[in-house]
Amino acid sequence: MWEKKPILFLILAVLAILVGTTVTMILPFATVNTEADRIDAVKPYNALQLAGRDVYIREGCNNCHTQTVRPLIADVLRYGDYSKSGEFVYDRPHLWGSRRTGPDLARVGGKYPDEWHYQHLRNPTDIVPRSNMPAYTFLEKNLIDPPYTRKKMEILGFPCTEAEIQGLNGKTEMDSLVAYLQKLGSDIPWREATQTTVVGELTNPFLDDSTVLPEGQKLYLDNCAACHGKNLMGTIAADIHDLDMPDAGLFETIYDGFPEAGMPSFAALGPQRIWKIVNFVKSQKKH
Amino acid sequence: MKTTEYNYDIVRSFVNWSILWGVVAVLVGVLISFQLVLPDLNIAPYLTYGRLRPLHTNAGIFGWGIGSFFAMYYYMVQRLCRRPVWSEGLAKFQLWFFNATIIAAAITLLLGFNTSKEYHELEWPIDIMVVILWVVFSINIIMTVIKRKEEQMYISLWFMMGSLIGVAILYVVNGAEIPVSLFKSYSAYAGTNDANVQWWYGHNAVAMVLTLPPLAVFYYFLPKATGVPIYSHRLSIIAFWGIVFMYLWTGAHHLLWTPVPDWVQTLAMAFSLMLIAPSWGSVFNGYLSMGGQWHQMRDNYLVKFLIMGITFYGLQTLQGPSQAVRSFSSFIHYTEWVPGHVHMGTMGWVSMVLFAAIYYMTPKIYGRELYSIPLANFHFWLVLIGQLVYSVSMWIAGVLQGSMWHAMNADGSLSFSFMETLIEMYPYWWIRAFSGIIYLTGILVFIYNIYMTARNRQPALSAAATKA
Repeated sequence: MWEKKPILFLILAVLAILVGTTVTMILPFATVNTEADRIDAVKPYNALQLAGRDVYIREGCNNCHTQTVRPLIADVLRYGDYSKSGEFVYDRPHLWGSRRTGPDLARVGGKYPDEWHYQHLRNPTDIVPRSNMPAYTFLEKNLIDPPYTRKKMEILGFPCTEAEIQGLNGKTEMDSLVAYLQKLGSDIPWREATQTTVVGELTNPFLDDSTVLPEGQKLYLDNCAACHGKNLMGTIAADIHDLDMPDAGLFETIYDGFPEAGMPSFAALGPQRIWKIVNFVKSQKKH
Repeated sequence: MKTTEYNYDIVRSFVNWSILWGVVAVLVGVLISFQLVLPDLNIAPYLTYGRLRPLHTNAGIFGWGIGSFFAMYYYMVQRLCRRPVWSEGLAKFQLWFFNATIIAAAITLLLGFNTSKEYHELEWPIDIMVVILWVVFSINIIMTVIKRKEEQMYISLWFMMGSLIGVAILYVVNGAEIPVSLFKSYSAYAGTNDANVQWWYGHNAVAMVLTLPPLAVFYYFLPKATGVPIYSHRLSIIAFWGIVFMYLWTGAHHLLWTPVPDWVQTLAMAFSLMLIAPSWGSVFNGYLSMGGQWHQMRDNYLVKFLIMGITFYGLQTLQGPSQAVRSFSSFIHYTEWVPGHVHMGTMGWVSMVLFAAIYYMTPKIYGRELYSIPLANFHFWLVLIGQLVYSVSMWIAGVLQGSMWHAMNADGSLSFSFMETLIEMYPYWWIRAFSGIIYLTGILVFIYNIYMTARNRQPALSAAATKA
């Protein structure tokens, strides 16, 4: 039979290949990226963000960073609300990645102030001491090409005004990459949705307990020093070395973050560790 | 008696070039493994991890893997069809076009021209070169089969032809893109659809490039090396149709817990488990073919490579399906476990079989005995140890990383920050980098052995012996 007929054999092989292909690859097109999973709040990239996304692709950031938060407790606590299909309808190509050598970036938008990203991209170890991410200083020397970006926006069919294109003049690739990172995952108001309200009176379980100070200091250095400075004198964020704030207020600020000033929520650290940071910060008050 | 004039020139050239690209792949692999522990080794913009890693995978899969499959397909198709290759001109064109494509790929990847899709990073002009290359190759092989002088088509020919058609379908569909300029394009698919198409491609590239061709090689060269026929022709036929039918359903196991529709993920999980059957069909076939021949594992270096290779294939096709189960995936996906798995397949299974085939073909295509069998044995142990150290260290690292990512405190918070988990990886990354050096040393021993065989001035075997 077919073991002597190569053409017939090839036709049968193609048919065998097409069954699974049709069911699992072609059929999903009927529902995915349709009204069924549309999210109105999700907007296309603007010109600067799109240029930044292409820098992200060119530099192969997706080799170390994923962009999908899984509906798993640890993923959601670490990165934020799990990813929804409708959030990716403008992504050509998708950048979900397959390996987390670095953290997931699906919800990095709004997590840090812009200045944090600039310093981090210039030299990652300035912000995160033992990071193994390469420095991307050279992105500050390369300028965005406005007419080329206009062409890209037209091909993708994203709305864009001439003023927006003119605004790209003088912008660097670094500017565009930061703009892109700040948009990631921030179209839907997930931060507000996950905000927790503390019920009842907040009492510091470690009041006057100086034994937790070394741990508090370590937690401060790992989580706060990048923006508030090793000696609390402030760099990207405010000077807090002489902070005059009640324990409960400081706890709430750390727990909920201060979005207006670009400070993320540190609720994922858990109340125990946040109280230790509170103790450490308060212990640095000199008068 | 009239003997057939086989064209071995083309086989020889493809062997040589594929080895060269293989060295590039391993060298770049070693470099990027050191970059993970010593970030100062990143030389921006051209030699950063983000640009080098696609070069490592492309040189390995397309330069070394497909390059040597070209050599072996041309060798096997001529022997199995008892006739010279259908078109010598096309084959020569293919050789030079292959190298032009790989060089163009290497340069553009370092310049940052890439689509970002894993194992399909090349931008559209080079995509077109790959398609031309594959069409030329497929026509030449299929025409040789159609015009064959041997009535039966041995199972290796099936696996070969299956891979030709499979790669063609996958590559063209996943490559659909809208060009913006000569070296920039956007995918024809968006978001979740793009991810699903990409991993339909990505996982089936494993089937069509890293499973069917090495199985074709295994089914041909194992009986050649041992001198006894394959245990069951029927079993190999079942394995073939099982793989060709079931693999295509499994791509979404790379996308468990993502926004891809749940039913697609579940089907992928189920078919991944079912794939154990046809995969192990080939493993058993290999083992049972060794009935009464196990002493050859001691005496015959070719058998060592082949049986060790099929053993890693067996382990790979048990580990793979286990990773495709939702619960286990949630634990090890995105961790170092996965590179450990992948490298058992590429450095253990595929490369072991390729080494065996090249060792077997070298005396035939050069007309001389192999320069040194002790060196071939040394090569075997170096690559085996290098690969085991790589995979085992990454599996341990992956379990550690997964545990730390998921660890929780009593107050419901995460136990470790991301950086605390990353710092724990450094010792394992050092071990992995050194395992790469061991593997690289093995490759250099291999090249020395082949080179000394090729340049050896002792008289060639008689022409009749070569063509027997």
